[in-house]
Amino acid sequence: MTVSILHRATGDGMATVGTLLLVWWLAALSGGPAAYASFQSWFTTQPGDLNIVGYVVGIGMTLSFFQHLMSGIRHLVLDTGAGYELKRNRIFATLTMVVSLTLTILFWAYMIGGKTHG
Amino acid sequence: MGNGTELGRVRGLGSSKHGSSHWFQQRLTAGANIGLMLWLVVSVARLPAYDYVTMVTWLSSAWAAIPMILLIVSVFWHFKLGLTVLIEDYLHDETRVIGTVALNFFTVATAAIALFAILRIAFAGVPA
Repeated sequence: MTVSILHRATGDGMATVGTLLLVWWLAALSGGPAAYASFQSWFTTQPGDLNIVGYVVGIGMTLSFFQHLMSGIRHLVLDTGAGYELKRNRIFATLTMVVSLTLTILFWAYMIGGKTHG
Repeated sequence: MGNGTELGRVRGLGSSKHGSSHWFQQRLTAGANIGLMLWLVVSVARLPAYDYVTMVTWLSSAWAAIPMILLIVSVFWHFKLGLTVLIEDYLHDETRVIGTVALNFFTVATAAIALFAILRIAFAGVPA
């Protein structure tokens, strides 16, 4: 139930907000250095680190993506007719949230900590 | 639901006969999106920096521009199918028609901007 609602919420969130962000990013990049600098100024501080908006949008989008990916894979498994037993179904539903949260943390740990040392 | 008569179908009741096509395209693009989105997340994460020259150099390569074009087509078709279901679930009168038309315009317009931007970067090449 919860995971099904999350699947729709993350999917529709990325379809609207995510689409506009992706198109804005690509359009700014194709527009030249000034257009890209204007895009970056919304999400970064002057030295080039992410500002609060950048972190909220970035973490929100990656968490939405990983959750939608995991619950999407769950739906593909359910399409085959497997995983409908109550206990197993509940375990897989919980796992989508555990895995998506873990992948989001690992992603940002790499972006913030891992890259500067490697 | 409709009783299956010609009049019932004219009034929009009963099956539109397009259900399995929607279902299949949803799964097809879902499968493609797994590979394409993981490619994007890993590629962007592995970039050494996010300044203008680094980004344009990356995206002007065929190895990035072509998957990005495929991603736009697959992801945008997938979200168009998903938002269609949202509209069908929650809008029931004339707003459903308005919503469906608006969704089609939104999808095609944003896809056109994204594809044009990618091709422009790819064909213009890295700035000197």
